Amino acid sequence: MRKRSSFSRSVFIGTITFLSMPLVVLIVYSFNASKSGSWSGFSLRWYVKLFTDSPQLWHAFSNSAIVALSSALVATVIGTLGAVAVNWYKFRLRSYLRTITFLPMILPEIIIGVSLLVFFSGIGLRLSLFTVFVAHVTFNLPFVFLLVLARLEEFDFSIIEAARDLGASETQTLLRVILPISMPGIVSGFLTAVTLSLEDFVITFFVTGPGATTLPLYVYSAIRFGVSPVINALSVVMIVGTVVLTWSTRNFLKYIAAK
Amino acid sequence: MRRGPGRLYAAPALFWLSVFFLAPLVIIVAYSFMTPGKRGGIEWKPTLDAYRAIANPTFLKVTLSTIVMAIGATAITLLIAIPCGYYMARSKHQNLLLMLVMIPFWTNFLIRIYAWIAILGNEGFLNDILLATGLTTESIRFLYNRGAVMLVLVYTYLPYAILPLYSTIDKFDFSLLEAARDLGATKLSAINRVLMPNIKGGILTAFLFTFIPIFGAYAVPLLVGGTESYMLGNLIADELTKSRDWPLASAISLVITLVTTAGVLLLLRANGAEVLGGSGGEERVIQEPSPVGGAR
Repeated sequence: MRKRSSFSRSVFIGTITFLSMPLVVLIVYSFNASKSGSWSGFSLRWYVKLFTDSPQLWHAFSNSAIVALSSALVATVIGTLGAVAVNWYKFRLRSYLRTITFLPMILPEIIIGVSLLVFFSGIGLRLSLFTVFVAHVTFNLPFVFLLVLARLEEFDFSIIEAARDLGASETQTLLRVILPISMPGIVSGFLTAVTLSLEDFVITFFVTGPGATTLPLYVYSAIRFGVSPVINALSVVMIVGTVVLTWSTRNFLKYIAAK
Repeated sequence: MRRGPGRLYAAPALFWLSVFFLAPLVIIVAYSFMTPGKRGGIEWKPTLDAYRAIANPTFLKVTLSTIVMAIGATAITLLIAIPCGYYMARSKHQNLLLMLVMIPFWTNFLIRIYAWIAILGNEGFLNDILLATGLTTESIRFLYNRGAVMLVLVYTYLPYAILPLYSTIDKFDFSLLEAARDLGATKLSAINRVLMPNIKGGILTAFLFTFIPIFGAYAVPLLVGGTESYMLGNLIADELTKSRDWPLASAISLVITLVTTAGVLLLLRANGAEVLGGSGGEERVIQEPSPVGGAR
């Protein structure tokens, strides 16, 4: 064995420091007693304020949760059916479907946000939580489609043929054969969609209307002009929440994939 | 591959993406050739005014500085990400190291930007330290300039580059490097001539994952940039919501769309399916780096 390169090691250590240092600063400062500026003792007051005295924040959180779950659900149903069609069946517009599921993922988010805003105003649809929902389904759908498709590609058409030969109807084949085998892809598509939806700022920013503030939009308005201690506390809760959620999700996915 | 209920299954996806993705793009194309309405919107009088406006020096300046920013930030990101991916792939503690990269990656996009406001802001952590130690007497304005935008862009998109590079380098057979060394290659030339050509696909994926979102950046320059670090994304938003010149906003969006699509198609054509992570072709794009957590 030759001596391990020390160059890549120092770059990596530097990078990890660079990546985690801002988060560590946020965590430390969320326990700071004073509003801003220098450290003035340990305190939980910002956490208390976050959980007991931030009604708008919690309203935004509930909006985010509603949009994330509903848009992920709709995107998962539509995307899964689309993936089944593309993987196993021949139909007109098949390559067109592949293109329009690929394109939204490579375009910068702002393009999708702007074009949807122009579209909604063109058809006279008032901006609201509903338009946010529509936008989220639109950017989530391609991800679900590709994740399910990747799973389906592991199987070939003979399992469908077998089901049909044994007398299953089209609906039975879908519900009893296709859906169970694609379940790991469907679950990971759904969870990815929830995550992307909770995370999205740019697209939501353009298509939101009065009263339809989501959590990222709330954070945006709070940090627009500088430091906000409640947002420090919120950040820590979100970082811990995301890590716990993602960690358990990954293990859950491994578990169903292994089953 | 059979005929059957395919059309039925595909119908909802075809409908949804045609109406809410393709139609809006088509509308943008149409709007870009029209006359601006009084309070936003358009009047159906064809004109090339929007494209004339794009060709004026102010816009060209922003376009140029967006391109410079995107190329610069992408280059820095890749230069950092390649050795990182290499180190992770060779490490015995891959899962731990992966975790260290993933935690910032999972953290909400706005929180990651905010963390830098909390550090570099006028009332931020760094100014605190400088004032407390007496190194300065007034707080220094670290934010709201091009340097801050570049820093935060690199910070935000670094994990998007590290993850695909790590997964590509992880598949590389390191005994090839040993062989090159044994045959007399220097360490550097072994890396340049043996490792690099083999991980080209990963580098291109990392490039796409960073260059595209940075080229269309909106939130980062908005929050940590100043007027001179304006990027095309901010220009679109201003035309849309402040100046209310929708044809112009549409025309700029169209330029970004065309540049991005052309770039991706060229890279795909030049490198085949390899770009997006191996034999599976384009559908592997989000599979490799992040099963959960998204690729935005």
